[in-house]
Amino acid sequence: MNEIEEFRHTTRQWLETHCPASMRTPMSEREVVWGGRNVTFPSTDAEQWLRVMAELGWTAPSWPRQYGGGGLDAAKVAVLQQELRRIKARPPLYSFGLWMFGPVLLEFGSEEQKQRLLPPIVRGEIRWCQGYSEPGAGSDLASLATRCEDHGDHFLINGQKIWTSYANLADWMFCLVRTDTRTKHGGISFVVFDMRTAGVETRPIRLISGESPFCETFLTDVRVPKDQLIGPLNGGWEIAKRLLMHERTNLSAEAFGNAAGLDLLDAARQFVGLREGMLIDTDLRARIARHRMRDEAFRLAVQQARADGARGGTAAASLASTFKVAAASLNQQRCELLIECLGHEGLGWEGDGFSTDGLRATRHWLRSKGNSIEGGTTEINLNVIAKRALGLPDPS
Amino acid sequence: MSMNSDQQMLEDSARQFFAERSPPAAVRGNRAAGRSFDPDLWREIAELGFAGALIPEMYGGSGIGYRGLGVVLDAAGRSLAASPLLQSAFIGAAALLRHGSPEQQTRLLPRIASGELTLALAMDEQAHHRPEDTRTKAHRVGDRWVLDGHKRLVADGDSAALLLTLARVEAEGSDSDCLRWFLVPATTTGVTRQRRHTVDGEGFADIEFAAVELDAEAALGGAWQDVIDIACIGVASTMQGAAEAALALTLDHLKTRSQFGQLIGSFQALQHRVARLYVDLQLARAAVTAALDALDGPGDANSEGQLQKLASLCKALCGETLHEVSNETVQLHGGIGMTDVHDSGLFLKRARVLETLYGSSSHHRDRYARFVGI
Repeated sequence: MNEIEEFRHTTRQWLETHCPASMRTPMSEREVVWGGRNVTFPSTDAEQWLRVMAELGWTAPSWPRQYGGGGLDAAKVAVLQQELRRIKARPPLYSFGLWMFGPVLLEFGSEEQKQRLLPPIVRGEIRWCQGYSEPGAGSDLASLATRCEDHGDHFLINGQKIWTSYANLADWMFCLVRTDTRTKHGGISFVVFDMRTAGVETRPIRLISGESPFCETFLTDVRVPKDQLIGPLNGGWEIAKRLLMHERTNLSAEAFGNAAGLDLLDAARQFVGLREGMLIDTDLRARIARHRMRDEAFRLAVQQARADGARGGTAAASLASTFKVAAASLNQQRCELLIECLGHEGLGWEGDGFSTDGLRATRHWLRSKGNSIEGGTTEINLNVIAKRALGLPDPS
Repeated sequence: MSMNSDQQMLEDSARQFFAERSPPAAVRGNRAAGRSFDPDLWREIAELGFAGALIPEMYGGSGIGYRGLGVVLDAAGRSLAASPLLQSAFIGAAALLRHGSPEQQTRLLPRIASGELTLALAMDEQAHHRPEDTRTKAHRVGDRWVLDGHKRLVADGDSAALLLTLARVEAEGSDSDCLRWFLVPATTTGVTRQRRHTVDGEGFADIEFAAVELDAEAALGGAWQDVIDIACIGVASTMQGAAEAALALTLDHLKTRSQFGQLIGSFQALQHRVARLYVDLQLARAAVTAALDALDGPGDANSEGQLQKLASLCKALCGETLHEVSNETVQLHGGIGMTDVHDSGLFLKRARVLETLYGSSSHHRDRYARFVGI
């Protein structure tokens, strides 16, 4: 048996023993474990599942052992993912630390920063949030204006962030700040700080779906120790872009596609109905088929990209943008088609007279409108593809 | 599955070979010469081992496999190269490998691998691809078969030596279970073929079978459906290459054509159109790759249900993407794209033929919908 097959064998046995049966069932949004100081677990199984996975570093399987990660090469990471999928294991931890901040800290952080900040991410002890967008800096992110001044032994930060996902629940923030006003991209730095620091205030934003996954974050005279600057002063834009790439890859591969709730085909069969094995509404049937085919091809593309392993630079950036554009449009289409299948049952906002599944589908549909905005709008990602993948010239 | 280094090398050399030896402009050369393909090109393709790509070495093939030959079809599609590669090396060889008797394989495969014997899939009979409605009949007379019927627009039907013909064996019933493939030498008495000039200039023919007598060994065994699925996957590979090449042609234009004092490729309205096509192409490519890998894979990946679903998936996705790309190629080139001297039109014409071959995108979406139970 070669090394990989050996690893598959021992992994399969280990998962058989250590992954509780209840962690092999579909997970609703409320059951997601986000970790952090104020972590809540939906069950003791969920708590145990995170603990045993984190002990092996398998919440971050590719990160080096010395920072708490699993130390696995790409081939073994792929095997681990296959084995987890095989038993339909829930992800033990959802985390912006794992998906976004950790990968850039590994690349750009100092040794001391990596040793201090990475292990608590692996174990799910610290929950991170992303201080990127500002009221005046959305798609044009590099025009951000949150001021960060050098006060000798510390930085002093003043400004406002917006669309900070779960800032009200997070323990630490990674944040883009302006350290030089004379130049646009070259005047941005990447800092991190504890959300308990004096002067940090968060205010949830109510969305059209009724939920508040995003916040406004106000920063007033926030003192940040100088060793919490990541990378060089005024060198934050490179880190910011790399992190966005990880965010887009992750949004595409994980978040949009796996929404719990009604399956589109089941809903079509149940609410629209079949005649001689075919959906009664033939126009809707054609549109669902077209969507499902693109969706299947997208999943195949993600699988193939995973198997291809790491790629660098321009290829990685355009791949992340390609997948982000596709994933956002597919999830929005799926939500629209689901609501259409549900008909009257998809119009409920709350209360009696509507099924829980129907109400959830309605809220998901409204929430999905953000998919083509968050993490870089579809338009910005098409710009990235045009430039990086297709080599088209910048607008003059 | 990702490409291994052998496949990567194969891709590079195949693309280089077709780009140099048979660029899109060669379509005009064939048209002027009044031929559907260049026999010298086919000989060179065979010498490179591509004609025997699916065929094991024991039969004189190179055993590159489906993914490998898919890469070559993609390269041929990229330059719109006309040759028996798809019909003979991909579809014909696959049908014999899966359903041929040892005797048929020993007799025919080495000649296919050398490029000397070419095949063509004679299947469709009407305006649309409806194999289950096949009317061509085969009946037994003693220990021989007799074929009667008519086939419409057989690709390579004007030149192939052996016609892989779908016919209904009447004695065995009337439903689609009694369809079988027959190997019909084109020179058999009662076979008449008439070249039909299609928009893409390739070698299509209508074929009549009038009391065509065949040996008992002319029938292939086994199921008939998988040959069509394989044919669809081969066409999809070809379409993927053609679509990527048409987009590349368009990008070249956007990067060199100036209006209003700037390159038109700097206009965001145009950038977003081609960027969306690029996204669609990545999805279509993933579908073709998965289908080719399934053909190379073990029995379970390659199970009938899975193969049918992947075949329809890639045929429809590559077809609709090529459709969009070929239309945009003409539009984004502006006036020059409407002229015969420019390659845009060659891509457009080939696109429609390939989209229609073995079931339109719409046909395969319908089929996919049935597979997923709606």
